[in-house]
Amino acid sequence: MTAMDFLMLTKGPLFQAALAVFALGMLVRLVEIFVLGRAHNYAAPRGSAVLGGLRTTYKRFEPDPGTFKAAPFDVVVGMIWHIGFIVALLLFIPHVELIKSTFGIAWPALPNPVVDAVTAITLLGLLAALVHRLAHPVKRFLSTPEDYLIWGVTFLVMLTGWLAYHRIINPYPLALGIHILAAEIFLVVLPFTKLTHIFTAFVARYYNGAIFGRKGVQS
Amino acid sequence: MASIGDIPVQVEGAPAAPAEYGNALPVLSEVRHALAQLVDGGEPTQIDLGAMPFGPGDEDRLMALLGSGEVTASVNALGLTRIQETAYRGVWIVEYLNTDDQRVALHLEIATVPQLLRSPPADLSDALAALETQLAAAEAK
Amino acid sequence: MATSSPQRPAGQSAPTMDPPLGPIQRPTLGESLRRNGVSRRGFLKFCAATASMMALPPSMAPAIAAALETARRPSVIWLSFQECTGCTESLTRSFSPTVENLILDTISLDYHHTLQAAAGDAAEHAREEAMRANAGAYLVVVDGSLPGPKANPGHSTIAGISNYDMLMETVADAAAVIAVGSCAAFGGLPKADPNPSGAVAVQDLVKDKPVINVSGCPPLPMVITGVLAQYLTFGKLPELDEYNRPRAFFGQSIHDRCYRRPFYDKGLFAETFDDEGAKKGWCLYRLGCKGPMTYNACATMKWNGGSSWPVESGAPCLGCSEPDFWDAGGFYDALSVPPGNSGEMLLTAGAAGVAVGAGVGLLARSKAKSAEKQHQTVTAEQLEQKL
Repeated sequence: MTAMDFLMLTKGPLFQAALAVFALGMLVRLVEIFVLGRAHNYAAPRGSAVLGGLRTTYKRFEPDPGTFKAAPFDVVVGMIWHIGFIVALLLFIPHVELIKSTFGIAWPALPNPVVDAVTAITLLGLLAALVHRLAHPVKRFLSTPEDYLIWGVTFLVMLTGWLAYHRIINPYPLALGIHILAAEIFLVVLPFTKLTHIFTAFVARYYNGAIFGRKGVQS
Repeated sequence: MASIGDIPVQVEGAPAAPAEYGNALPVLSEVRHALAQLVDGGEPTQIDLGAMPFGPGDEDRLMALLGSGEVTASVNALGLTRIQETAYRGVWIVEYLNTDDQRVALHLEIATVPQLLRSPPADLSDALAALETQLAAAEAK
Repeated sequence: MATSSPQRPAGQSAPTMDPPLGPIQRPTLGESLRRNGVSRRGFLKFCAATASMMALPPSMAPAIAAALETARRPSVIWLSFQECTGCTESLTRSFSPTVENLILDTISLDYHHTLQAAAGDAAEHAREEAMRANAGAYLVVVDGSLPGPKANPGHSTIAGISNYDMLMETVADAAAVIAVGSCAAFGGLPKADPNPSGAVAVQDLVKDKPVINVSGCPPLPMVITGVLAQYLTFGKLPELDEYNRPRAFFGQSIHDRCYRRPFYDKGLFAETFDDEGAKKGWCLYRLGCKGPMTYNACATMKWNGGSSWPVESGAPCLGCSEPDFWDAGGFYDALSVPPGNSGEMLLTAGAAGVAVGAGVGLLARSKAKSAEKQHQTVTAEQLEQKL
């Protein structure tokens, strides 16, 4: 198989398959959560559940001072690489083109050198997070194979993208194909691992906030 | 055969203003570097402008930036070669043309004298011999 | 093109001639130039232009001069298989006749279907003669792909000889093979899906000789002659990339050498072929430019005597110098856009996901409800009795 065959395979059938697994798996999980609903609360509401839910969904982006004091590394490094990942995913010109062709919507992108720098920072952040996890006895004890798996697929997708952009792997169709394959592995793994937090984190935040909002509690 | 210019082409609307591609300035800074090398160590440099990713207008812009100096020369060997000193002494534009007056290469040469203007050393002894033969022939008469 | 036609027309190399000149007895390039009245300055100029053509720095001119002074004329056999003659057209339409002609006059083009004067038996005889006289030293240039050993040889034959047999026979005693054009290098159009003639590339068949791929549809004329000049000058094969293409010409992507690159980095794109962005000469990535994955010298050497090249005239790069470019997605789709209808696939899978999720959720709900219904209260006394 030539490099170009590999690229066409990853861009064509494999991409379609990964997209199907991702959409099917993720929607099964989300719809299941929504259909299950929540137990009916018979108490009289003291505040708006919707407003409370939305507020908490946003509020949780701000690091909680207590958590920051207890684990500043986790908060700072975690935030840096999460933002870097989202910037590289959503604001890189070729990615915007891909999203446009798949979903039919597009938005402005960032200049390439900016995305390149953000990607480098994200890769360093991910490495630092891994080293920290391995060096910290409690964290290491708490880590499961799944944690290392999702670190691996996240790191690989960023690394292969960065290598392809800098043309460090040759020929180029091979580099691009490897990156697309890494992204497809990420998509396939996503609905069945902790990576679902990309979507479910917001559901959990909303439900949490809604409960407190209904009770009229600030959270 | 009709030339390409004979094909009637009609342009509708006003053409857009030429874009500024900005590929001339990096070459100018390469020239500056080469000139500094010539000043410091006497080492000449040749820059092949054919290897530059120029867009439309970039070459004209570079030539305008370089300007023209005091010396122009032409060498007639295997077609014409036009040599022009720029406003910056020691920076020469060397344009190689073929026998059909088409450009085959465009170089910038950063040197006190462009290489092509110097008489090749091997030609000097040939010239000496030729001159001696002519003198001998004249004296024999 | 008259001046670059074969030096030794095939018809003349009849058996009645003196024993043919071996590669050793041929005059050197320096000798033949001086015989043609080229001065040393002219020679220096020629070397400067040759350096340009070989994508070498101008400072290499003296080294080229020294090497060319003693270079000998190599015999070249040009084989044309499943091709459109576009590569030969490209070569013969090169716009700097002085340099290319000197190169072409310097090689001894002993066999070329389209350019040679001889026909029929005499033509084939010229090929055999050149092979015999220059065994181990001649260059074979191939344009066009050819039906593989397992395909029906009837798809392409010359003088009753299948392309496969002719290639293997000619290559057997060659010094090296130069595959000119994307068809010879990678299979090209004949190999495009569904490949009716079972076409393969030269490098798929020739394993025991060096193969240099000069891809492009067609390749830049300067690149074809540049590779010949490089072989002629230095007598050895150039440094090659992963696809066996000379790095001097195929070392950098179109994207990296494109004068419109600053617009890509700034995110300024032409969205259609006649919008404001297109008129201002912005980046053509969104219109399908394959520049980022295409390696060729168009961006600097340009076409038609250096007057322009596709991107400069507002057309996205099609990626013609890359393997399988015919089947590598739509010419006018952005490089990152996958082939096929991803949106439809996403909708179908998503709908299935919603249905399954709803099913699973409802099942869990009804389980919880029925559990609630079957819920029986029990008192402490009843429990104690059970125990």
